[in-house]
Amino acid sequence: MYSQGLIGADGRTEEDETFLEAFQKRIDAEEKIEPKDAMPEGYRRTLIRQIGQHAHSEIVGMLPEGNWITRAPTLKRKAALLAKVQDEGGHGLYLYAAAETLGVSRAQMTEELHSGKAKYSSIFNYPTLSWADIGAIGWLVDGAAIMNQIPLCRCSFGPYARAMIRICKEESFHQRQGYEIMLTLCRGTPEQKEMAQDALNRFWWPALMMFGPHDKDSAHSEQSMKWKIKRFSNDQLRQKFIDATVPQAEYLGLSVPDPELHWDPELNDGKGGYRHGPIDWDEFWRVVKGDGAMNRDRINARRRAWEEGAWVREAALAHAEKQRSRAAKLAAE
Amino acid sequence: MTDEMPLWEVFIRPRNGLAHKHVGSVHAADATLALDAARDVYTRRGEGNSIWVVPSAAITASDPEHADETFDPTADKIYRHPTFYEIPEDVGHM
Ligand SMILES: [Fe+2]
Ligand SMILES: [Fe+2]
Repeated sequence: MYSQGLIGADGRTEEDETFLEAFQKRIDAEEKIEPKDAMPEGYRRTLIRQIGQHAHSEIVGMLPEGNWITRAPTLKRKAALLAKVQDEGGHGLYLYAAAETLGVSRAQMTEELHSGKAKYSSIFNYPTLSWADIGAIGWLVDGAAIMNQIPLCRCSFGPYARAMIRICKEESFHQRQGYEIMLTLCRGTPEQKEMAQDALNRFWWPALMMFGPHDKDSAHSEQSMKWKIKRFSNDQLRQKFIDATVPQAEYLGLSVPDPELHWDPELNDGKGGYRHGPIDWDEFWRVVKGDGAMNRDRINARRRAWEEGAWVREAALAHAEKQRSRAAKLAAE
Repeated sequence: MTDEMPLWEVFIRPRNGLAHKHVGSVHAADATLALDAARDVYTRRGEGNSIWVVPSAAITASDPEHADETFDPTADKIYRHPTFYEIPEDVGHM
């Protein structure tokens, strides 16, 4: 998902025309680009940024849900949530590994996340106030992620595409367990249903924002599409998401918090679709720039985890060094 | 800090009878920890029954810049393929 609304990609590149043309020809022929292949600097830079943001989003994305692991209502829900959060950690690691093939180090990416220089999906800067939020996140946030990630499986950069294929295989469970939580709440007491409605109210708009600014305001999208890093525009994917999700909300008996939402037979080339009301982009940019409810908490939590884990990393390295020198001594005797 | 944490390439065999296949990489202090990390990261859903981890630094790769000289010469050696040879149909399948 999380990379669809890529923030601040810079596809500018300075290679000569012949080189760029030859590269474009490979892309147009649907050839995959592998790490050691010659590539335009702008292509490399855009991918490092996009895969990095995507990886950070998976890692930070563990926090809002991790918040509820110890308070899950049943053992079944707890086991599922634990498995989902563990998957997100795995997704982050597949993606860091893919970014590293482009020459950026893990240390550098970690440092940029902790210093606040690197961005991650704004959705994770909203708080998870009730158990229903865990349902809404699985259903909407992972749902939006799937919309975005499926086309990324065909991204022109091999390691990113391969990581996305693994990730997509795992995402479907995330969305289904979320929807099932919502369904259970909606079939429960009036208070439980109200909780589900409240979670939808708070997560609907941020979920739509996950696809990034409108195409007309999305400066670097075009180059990314040409290089086949992206396959669909932000607005196209957002529309797909809305069209898929509105009937699911209806099934739950919940109402989407958009008074202007209506069926428009003209949309999607005459096939029809749901037209949505205006998105509050001021809120989007406020949260991107650090003023969301949870921005500070999220980064502090990451930093604390990193710092408190330092002794483990140091001990592991010291142990490895000791084993090595012992083996060397034995060999010398 | 992680700069000192060595990188390992991870290979997984999905089941007996197949070859180990590259799936990604992990950072770990030593081979034992690399195996543990590879298990947690790459085999959460029965992806395999055997893992190899190899220090990334130990891999020597061919240079994509020289891919043409390296691999193109095979293209004109059509006599390496069975269809190059004409066997009368009467001989039957060979
Ligand atoms: Fe994920
Ligand atoms: Fe997920």
